[in-house]
Amino acid sequence: MADLKRKLLSGNEAIALGALHSGCALGVGYPGTPSTEILEVFSVLGGNAEWAPNEKVAAEVALGVAFAESNSLVTMKHVGLNVSQDLFFTASYSGVQGAMVAVVADDPGMASSQNEQDTRSLAHAGGLPVLEPSDSQEAYDFVKLAFKLSHRWQIPFIIRTTTRIAHSNTIVEYCEDKIEPLPAADFNKDISHRVMVPGFAKPAHLRLRQKLAEMRAWNNKEGPNKIIESKSRDLAVIADGVAFQHALEAAPEAGFFKVGMSHPLPVESIADFAKNYKRVVVVEEGDPYMTTLLKAAGINVEDRAEKWRFGELNVDAVKAQIEGNLDFAQPVLKAKPPQLCKGCPHVFSFAPLVELGCIVAGDIGCYTLAAMKPISGMDMQICMGASIGMGLGLRKVLPEEKARKVVSVIGDSTFMHSGLTGLLEMVYNPPATGHIVVVVDNSTTAMTGQQENPGTGRKLDHSPTNAVSIERVAEAIGIQNVKVFNPVREGAQIKEFISEKMKTNELTLVVLRQTCILAAAQLAKRKA
Amino acid sequence: MEDKITNIRIAGLGGMGVLKASLVLSELLFECGYDVKKAEVHGMSQRGGSISSDVRFGKKVVSPMIPEKCVNYLLSLEPEWSDVHKVSLAENAVVISPADFDVSKLKSQKAVNVAALGVLSNYLDIPAEKWLEVLKKFFPEKLHKANEEAFLLGRSSKK
Repeated sequence: MADLKRKLLSGNEAIALGALHSGCALGVGYPGTPSTEILEVFSVLGGNAEWAPNEKVAAEVALGVAFAESNSLVTMKHVGLNVSQDLFFTASYSGVQGAMVAVVADDPGMASSQNEQDTRSLAHAGGLPVLEPSDSQEAYDFVKLAFKLSHRWQIPFIIRTTTRIAHSNTIVEYCEDKIEPLPAADFNKDISHRVMVPGFAKPAHLRLRQKLAEMRAWNNKEGPNKIIESKSRDLAVIADGVAFQHALEAAPEAGFFKVGMSHPLPVESIADFAKNYKRVVVVEEGDPYMTTLLKAAGINVEDRAEKWRFGELNVDAVKAQIEGNLDFAQPVLKAKPPQLCKGCPHVFSFAPLVELGCIVAGDIGCYTLAAMKPISGMDMQICMGASIGMGLGLRKVLPEEKARKVVSVIGDSTFMHSGLTGLLEMVYNPPATGHIVVVVDNSTTAMTGQQENPGTGRKLDHSPTNAVSIERVAEAIGIQNVKVFNPVREGAQIKEFISEKMKTNELTLVVLRQTCILAAAQLAKRKA
Repeated sequence: MEDKITNIRIAGLGGMGVLKASLVLSELLFECGYDVKKAEVHGMSQRGGSISSDVRFGKKVVSPMIPEKCVNYLLSLEPEWSDVHKVSLAENAVVISPADFDVSKLKSQKAVNVAALGVLSNYLDIPAEKWLEVLKKFFPEKLHKANEEAFLLGRSSKK
């Protein structure tokens, strides 16, 4: 083989490299642990990469690229799939002309997330095929395969990773002489395949189910799955993703069906494999996705105890599952919780709100840490952008005295992601006591590692672009009182202003603007 | 190369260079011809919270995460918080901490991670020159000298 390269890469790095070698014209996404580094690495390697305001817009842009007969990559964390689900669940009907690959990174164990939903279950519901790498080599190989299959079946493909794929480094071998060129983009009119009105969507749904049936047959016959037979016919394990690695170490003597493409699941070939074994155990992180489908198909797999749905698996947990040890418990290590940095502007931003006894409808970002002791300054947090709507709901039913205390707090990147529609609701259906939105603007997407956003005036690669002004947007939407403060220097004025507006029935938006200290250090570094 | 897998856990707090140290170590072992897997968690935990990274190497590594009671070397960079990982140690495991070297001799406290790698280097069959060569790859040139001093400080500690 000519020019074989060998590198130790994280799953995210391997995905970026795989996309680069697949003729991917554009990578687009929204930062989210554990997916963030993919686009950053793709950009550094020379790929064209962009942060979109949110995952839905990212997926829309990616679909446009694929409608233009070119290749796109869209990246997000698992909950980003919820934001973009509206697009995905119909893009599976319309299909694509080029290729579209979505990398969705799950976070079993919730190292840095608000839930541990399983992308396989969503993909199954939306009719979207799924590949699941079990190490960085497969991350590289499966991305390349996904681009090929997406083009072949004219449908967006999902790569499901998890934390231990995204952020584990393993060895990757690849050939640089097998790099695909960028496809020539073009547009050919085909209204019935791209306008999903009922008359066109009905046949499109039939086409989707036909494609899924064809993909299932292909997956059974020649999909990226692997069988390891064992001499002993006592135990077989069916596993996908990193769970396969844990299981292989936990039970090296077992027979294995390693699932590489988990939707459509290669049910018939699994049945063929499983029938030779006395015990068949499914090892999977998250939902009992394969377990349920295989049991429904009448395959002799064991029930999976509910215990194994929670958190991450590892070698010990898989051993316990195979042994049926429901008393198994991971050692719980005393750990120092994460906290806001020394000198973080968010610490200053929350002080006046705590002093005023506000009921704080919060949002997602570093500032969520203000919910923890000693600040204890946030009362609810669910998903991106929810602070504004939740705050409005509280204001609408609480007794007046309490309603006046309600404040919505949202970060700058989260505001760009999902805050705008909340502001529209605020102006359209104002509560009787008005409302106050506080945008804690540290001019970066801090928690995921200081990525740019539409407000920073810089693109993903930090080159200059237009900057969206939060205060001018708020004014244009029709918020009566819009004021910008520096939280570090103007604590007393902030407290006075908010206290005064709490007594009125007006709509107020306060921007507390001070650059994140980590982002400021990065900025200084780049300038130097 | 023997079949045995060696498991190294580096633990400390976010911002101490735990992830950087494990990156250097895993690349070094990779360049020395071992199969290597490294696993860690990014994101929220990095905000000053507890953090750890697993590095496993040998002829063939399967799971990227170290099973319980299998840690052969623990680099405990902030013992107050990272010594909790002692429950995961294998028999005859080695614990390396800043107490193994004279921290006051470090030009920068940020080099504790590199000094700890220096201590670890006494236990692995890899020449010092190779360690220093790989270290240089991961740091800007202005830190090379300070890192070399920190590494040698750790390496000269008593085994």
